[in-house]
Amino acid sequence: MTRIGKASELAAYRAELLKKRPADAKVVAVCCGTGCNAYGAQKVYAAFAAELAKQGVKDWALRSTGCHGFCERGTLVVMFPEGMLYQRVKPEDVAEIVEKTLKGGETLERFLYDDPVTGEKHRLEHEIPFYKHQERLILGQNGQLNPESIDDYIALGGYLGLAKALEHGADWTLEEVKKANVRGRGGGGFPAGKKWETCRNAKSDKHYVICNADEGDPGAFMDRSVLEGNPHSVIEGMIIGALAIGSDEGFIYVRHEYPLAVKRLEQALVEARGLGLLGEKILGSSLSFDIRINRGGGAFVCGESTALMASIEGRVGEPRAKHINTAIQGLYNKPSNLNNVETWANIPLVINRGAEWYTSIGTKGSTGTKIFSLVGKVNNTGLVEVPMGMTLRKIIFEIGGGIPAGRKFKAVQTGGPSGGCLPAEKLDLPVDFDTLWNEGSMMGSGGMIVMDDRTCMVDVAKYFLGFLKFESCGKCTTCREGIRRLHELVTAVTEGRATEETLQLIEDLSETVEAASLCALGTTATNPVRSTLKFFREEYLAHVKERRCPAAVCKTLIRYDINEKCTGCMVCAKRCPQKCISGERKKLHVIDQSKCIKCGICLDVCKFDAVEVK
Amino acid sequence: MTLNLTINGVRVEAEEGESLLDVARRNGFEIPSLCHHEAVAAYGACRLCLVEVTKGGRKKLTTSCNYEVLGGIEVVTESAAIRRHRAMVLELILAEAPESATVKALAAEYGVTRSRFAASGAGEDRDGCILCGLCARVCAEVVGANALTFRKRGDNRQMGTPFVEEPQTCIACGACAWVCPTSCVGFDEQNGERKVHRWKRSLPLAKTEKGHAFAPQFQLFHFRKLAKLEADFYKKAPGER
Ligand SMILES: Cc1cc2nc3c(=O)[nH]c(=O)nc-3n(C[C@H](O)[C@H](O)[C@H](O)COP(=O)(O)O)c2cc1C
Ligand code: SF4
Ligand code: SF4
Ligand code: SF4
Ligand code: SF4
Ligand code: FES
Repeated sequence: MTRIGKASELAAYRAELLKKRPADAKVVAVCCGTGCNAYGAQKVYAAFAAELAKQGVKDWALRSTGCHGFCERGTLVVMFPEGMLYQRVKPEDVAEIVEKTLKGGETLERFLYDDPVTGEKHRLEHEIPFYKHQERLILGQNGQLNPESIDDYIALGGYLGLAKALEHGADWTLEEVKKANVRGRGGGGFPAGKKWETCRNAKSDKHYVICNADEGDPGAFMDRSVLEGNPHSVIEGMIIGALAIGSDEGFIYVRHEYPLAVKRLEQALVEARGLGLLGEKILGSSLSFDIRINRGGGAFVCGESTALMASIEGRVGEPRAKHINTAIQGLYNKPSNLNNVETWANIPLVINRGAEWYTSIGTKGSTGTKIFSLVGKVNNTGLVEVPMGMTLRKIIFEIGGGIPAGRKFKAVQTGGPSGGCLPAEKLDLPVDFDTLWNEGSMMGSGGMIVMDDRTCMVDVAKYFLGFLKFESCGKCTTCREGIRRLHELVTAVTEGRATEETLQLIEDLSETVEAASLCALGTTATNPVRSTLKFFREEYLAHVKERRCPAAVCKTLIRYDINEKCTGCMVCAKRCPQKCISGERKKLHVIDQSKCIKCGICLDVCKFDAVEVK
Repeated sequence: MTLNLTINGVRVEAEEGESLLDVARRNGFEIPSLCHHEAVAAYGACRLCLVEVTKGGRKKLTTSCNYEVLGGIEVVTESAAIRRHRAMVLELILAEAPESATVKALAAEYGVTRSRFAASGAGEDRDGCILCGLCARVCAEVVGANALTFRKRGDNRQMGTPFVEEPQTCIACGACAWVCPTSCVGFDEQNGERKVHRWKRSLPLAKTEKGHAFAPQFQLFHFRKLAKLEADFYKKAPGER
């Protein structure tokens, strides 16, 4: 690899690449992201490689890519330039696809996406409702490049943002990021430009630039998809940040459970150094900057800024008081600018296409797009990237395709374990940092869990408190004991052992936990319980006053019974783990309540709607 | 540099680097605390020293023990909200240390005489420990023995020796027992042996020339080194010199 000696030579390097890759080149892209890999994407990729060779196909190139987002339909295969999407492809399907589609030009209907709501089939990726309403500025590139190839990234315009920033200088770059009003995607939504400026203005011989890739929210994988699918976008963002801030050393703190992300990043760093995009005198300029990778401490709280920095220093990952901002006194007490993976990945776009273009996307207060991990009781699950300000309804019902099995929407939880739950009345709210916060929830890092009418909101609050009581670092009385006691009190509600005084105590204790804890884990931990108490108070009261769980979830408060619709098919009796259902063939069956463990299997297996839960 | 600030409306002076808790107390304002000791670094665990600080027009609640004073801030050490939060914190603590006279007295000052929370029930047995961390800080920063540490996180957190066994670096000086706000460490001398119960450490006592047992050999060795004393310094007990 030869170093590119000047910013202006990058364009020439790219022109050479593009000569070899005409825009109408035929490429089969196999998604090898984490989700598709679980469905055997590697084997699909290998089968394509073998079949293309075996069948002597020369005009189709093969590409292994990062996550496309629609993981539940994996393995995903997209054929460029047209963009036809085959879903649920298995290794044994590949020979036929190569023969009939790649060589014969035939569309194989059975691999096309069929809409679970309308039953309609769609050929092209961008026609599918899941993708149609998205604006995939960050994730879109995942399908178009091999994350292990810097040339793929450069061919798509990669590192042009860096070249432009170097050309215009640090001041211009900082101004552009400030004008774009990029807000932190890791949770707080703090304006990145403002943080950069504080850090750069802090007098010191050393400034650090750090990427938070600790992604600890259960079920979240947007940062992982960016790191594994497009590592250079994050690296380029950090180099641009280093220029604006005046830093020569950076760290990427990667969650312990993400070895593939580490591997991809390491390779990307080597390639970037090889081309002179990283290291001494980047692109021949006076900027010298390099990046090191740190493996995370394995605890959720290590994602908190001061805990993360302590962990990089080799100390226990425990938050400390931040009376002085980490941008002024952070890692090794030096000014340190920490941003989230997705925040960094936005930077090249901002510089490349300009702040004016960037602010035209999203809302005035929340610019650009946000990636959400859409999961739960929704037809299409996966990673979705939408302009800020899109309503919850559009995300859940148009992109997500609504609630499966004709059930009713009940609530959506946004923002990860410390986010809040919003009810149906709030579906028309625009999703942006401030709106969600004002409603007692938050954007957080982009978790979005959809719940249907079979969800008990008290049980939901209990689940998140249970997660947080375990993940609290344990330093503060209010967080360690407070969350544990809240969990105890909410558990009492789910078991019918609570009174209205319990609810008052939950509220009072929540207020203290929020007001008196040291870091944001503690101060936001009460969001799930407070928001459900606010929007679903009736449900709490039913548990407390009537000892009843309206959603029929809380085991202590429910019972299963078999009604006269029972045909005596004996299926439930056979499947009951407790063997506590009795009855003769073709006669009404009965559940022995004293032995029933309320597992719900009988309800699930009965074909005649004869099992009821109350 | 001298800084000027106000506490409860009174103008006071402070030196750069001082903690708000120290400045307030020096000027006669009472602030409760359970995890603070002037001999060691602030930690901010108990959350009792909560005060309200207004800086640049923005009000917020913060702990005062680990807040370095700034010029121009306005501090309020007591308000209805502060008292309410402190009372709740004390109620949480009282459930962990129901026997502690210190905790009981402090709680009573805030009108808390019983805790609505069930007896401890924490993931790990705590036996009256409120996880203030003072023992470990004193052992590390004052004694220099580094025998104690926090283990695990969340509600499983525990204070103890690194591998739950007899701490080999503990010199049985008893400093931890002395600073422990809930007196849950336990420390005594019997039959020529000194015991630190909570850490299961016992060391034989050294005898003076006159045959008085007065401190564990280990501790004397450690102190002699720290204070650069002559080898026979402890041949005489303080009263015998
Ligand atoms: C308990 C806790 C966990 C956090 N985990 C993460 C995380 O995994 N990733 C992340 O980017 N930010 C996380 N944050 C937020 C960071 O502290 C910090 O605000 C963020 O990385 C700043 O980057 P941004 O401004 O680009 O969002 C966490 C915060 C708390 C309190
Ligand atoms: S609020 Fe919780 S996680 Fe944060 S420092 Fe305190 S105990 Fe640790
Ligand atoms: S709920 Fe489970 S244990 Fe109870 S009767 Fe049905 S299958 Fe058996
Ligand atoms: S008695 Fe042991 S544990 Fe306690 S302070 Fe002394 S050396 Fe440390
Ligand atoms: S043993 Fe005592 S001093 Fe040590 S952490 Fe527990 S309460 Fe604090
Ligand atoms: S004395 Fe400040 S938190 Fe304990």
